[in-house]
Amino acid sequence: MKDTFKKGFIDTLPVMTGYLVLGAGFGILMSTNGFSFIHSLLMSVFIYAGSLQYLGITLLSSGASIISIALSSFLVNARHILYGVSMFSKYKNTGKMKPYLIYALTDETYSLVSSSNNKDYFFIVSLLDHIYWILGTIFGSLISNIISINTEGLDFVLTALFIVIFIEQWLTSKDNFSAITGLVLTTLCLIIFGKNNFLIPSMILIVSSLLLFRKKGNDNE
Amino acid sequence: MNNTYVLIGILTMSLITIFLRFIPFIFLSNKKEYKTLNYLSKVLPSAIMGMLVIYCLKDINFESTRNFVPALIATLVTATSYLYKRNTLLSIISGTMTYMTLLQFVFN
Repeated sequence: MKDTFKKGFIDTLPVMTGYLVLGAGFGILMSTNGFSFIHSLLMSVFIYAGSLQYLGITLLSSGASIISIALSSFLVNARHILYGVSMFSKYKNTGKMKPYLIYALTDETYSLVSSSNNKDYFFIVSLLDHIYWILGTIFGSLISNIISINTEGLDFVLTALFIVIFIEQWLTSKDNFSAITGLVLTTLCLIIFGKNNFLIPSMILIVSSLLLFRKKGNDNE
Repeated sequence: MNNTYVLIGILTMSLITIFLRFIPFIFLSNKKEYKTLNYLSKVLPSAIMGMLVIYCLKDINFESTRNFVPALIATLVTATSYLYKRNTLLSIISGTMTYMTLLQFVFN
């Protein structure tokens, strides 16, 4: 167990850097947008999904409807299904830890646990990553209450995060049909429906065209 | 800000995220649904990221240079640095710093 802890800690160091910085960014943005410390903490403990939490700041502060919050959550985090499918057999016999392991399965945690077979390692990595994220959030919320920094433009963190993930997915996938679908349909909806109403039509159009133009070969990869 | 609305919003995001993480472990017996789920979880992420990039840039307009030049330059910095280094954190920090600097000191 001690060796596993040591290995888990060392393996999660890159995640620690990322989570502390992005968690702190999230905490700062939450405070500057007028949310309380408790809100930030609740989000990092219970949602525990970076992109959605950042998007949540924009959605909640613009007063988005609960339906569009729900739809956005579903679509932004739909990729988590894939992680679950992929960890299905590895997590099968993990006993009491199982619900927590599934609950805490983020992109970064998945990237580490997917290459192991040790259930103590699964647990340590999941828990450490979760703690880093929460600590980052707490640090960000505190720092923005103590020193006043001019945060104008800090919300670009979210834009940059999405650009980076978008490029990474573009570079690693064989077929960029869905990436282009997303860009084109959303731009079209933005022009047609205007910037306050285009998110829901975009999501509906994207999902239906992906289902409509589903290629047979994609199913069994 | 309305506290009840924010709490319901947070609860919604939490429940849906938890549901998505648990779906395979609950439903993985039904083959047909599994195929559609598997397909969607494979193709949705890049489409949704494309959508979110546009969503984040929705406030761009061409009424004044301040409303599009900083965002455009910062987007280019983020994208090119990532293409060269493939380092997520580096690109996010350099893109955001560029945007903040341009907005606060150049196009203020």
